[in-house]
Amino acid sequence: MNFPEELKYTKDHEWVKVDGDVATIGITDFAQKELGDIVYVDVNTVGESVAIEEVFGTVEAVKTVSDLFMPITGNVLEVNGGIDANPELVNKDPYGAGWMIKARIESPAELAQLLSATDYKKLIGV
Amino acid sequence: MSTTALAIKATALSQKHISLGAKMVEFAGYNMPVSYSGLNDEHACVRSAMGVFDVSHMGEFILKGENALDLIQRVTSNDAAVLTDGKIQYSCLPNDKGGIVDDLLVYRIDEKTYMLVVNASNIEKDWNWIAKHNTKGVDMKNISDQTSLLAVQGPKAILALQKLTDINLSEIPYYTFKKGKFNGIDNVVVSNTGYTGAGGFELYFENEVADKMWNAIFEAGKEFGIKPIGLGARDTLRLEMGFCLYGNDIDDSTSPIEAGLGWITKFTKEFTSKATFLEQKEKGVSRKLVGIEMIDRGIPRHDYEVVDAAGNTIGKVTSGTQSPSLNKAIGMAYVKTEFAKADTEIFVKIRDKAIKAKVVKIPFYKQ
Repeated sequence: MNFPEELKYTKDHEWVKVDGDVATIGITDFAQKELGDIVYVDVNTVGESVAIEEVFGTVEAVKTVSDLFMPITGNVLEVNGGIDANPELVNKDPYGAGWMIKARIESPAELAQLLSATDYKKLIGV
Repeated sequence: MSTTALAIKATALSQKHISLGAKMVEFAGYNMPVSYSGLNDEHACVRSAMGVFDVSHMGEFILKGENALDLIQRVTSNDAAVLTDGKIQYSCLPNDKGGIVDDLLVYRIDEKTYMLVVNASNIEKDWNWIAKHNTKGVDMKNISDQTSLLAVQGPKAILALQKLTDINLSEIPYYTFKKGKFNGIDNVVVSNTGYTGAGGFELYFENEVADKMWNAIFEAGKEFGIKPIGLGARDTLRLEMGFCLYGNDIDDSTSPIEAGLGWITKFTKEFTSKATFLEQKEKGVSRKLVGIEMIDRGIPRHDYEVVDAAGNTIGKVTSGTQSPSLNKAIGMAYVKTEFAKADTEIFVKIRDKAIKAKVVKIPFYKQ
């Protein structure tokens, strides 16, 4: 399993990439493996401000459904249109083509609470 | 080792699954593989080639004696008197409140000997239920813990398995079995059954030879692209066929008539809850188990509410998934009888939104 050093992580298995005041958010390699074949990512919070640890969407795998939590408070700017047609991209490329949303960061201080790749790996025991 | 680990039972092949890298889960108290290469891949492999499921957690009871048939007739809904040696029947154990204790297979070994194959989660409950009705001294033996069961399913299964036995597998029609030498091992039950709709066989044998059987089957199936399959794909395969899963689609509170299992409910004999089921058959039932297919995007899941266009509750989803073969969201649900006709528009409540769906005929998947 792969956990890029340049990303930040949460205990709920999301990753965050910060670019200025915009955060790109997705789920980790560990999460996609646990979920299995992903068939639908349902995000209906575009245009909304969603608080840290609140649900911004849902990921449906063949067998299971799981909520997606905001790693930081932010305004959801966009959903990855590519995963709407090809949700399996989340399995194939969780940190690249399988990203889920972009959000405008509203409380930059929260970024400090996110986990490093090393801390996240420790959390999941790899 | 922790005490919880001790409480989970292993099949004779649990270590094999772990060594092959399977994702393991606890299911019905057993440490079972839920997936190997990935659910969709495993599912497709069974539909197009062949795959092997370890279903050794299933329970097997041997009923033997002059009154074995009598007991089976009393506790099951189907008519076991029509069975001849080597024939198998799908049936259910009704409870005395018009519900279902379990669904099962009845194997007639000979006139006085039967094997019942029951769900792992219900072994104890079924045993107690049958034992309670055993008033005429039928010899009952629970061989579940010493018996392994592999389901070798898919269109290529017959070709691979034929290499391992002199029994002519093409002479074992659907829902029949033969007992004989398989892979050099005596008394293997070779049964043309399985819960996938993909064709193939189920093999019952003693735990001691489980490794040997597994290895031989994989060797024989290599040229056909054989793969080990987990419980996840077993569930999607059975659901595409509209087969009921106990605990999801049928349980202690659902009647076989409501569940569309009227075909295994025969009124030619006496059995538990017969009068209730007969009345339901004659007067009709207020709800029915139907197949549903999503029209708008969303996946139905167990226990999701089913509503009509006005938002009134009309039923509940019992099983649901994204169908790997059909690439659409399907499920089964109990709905009020007036909504049970094919093509009726219904809605499934998914995360507080009513998502459009329709009633469809099962099976969802047709070969």
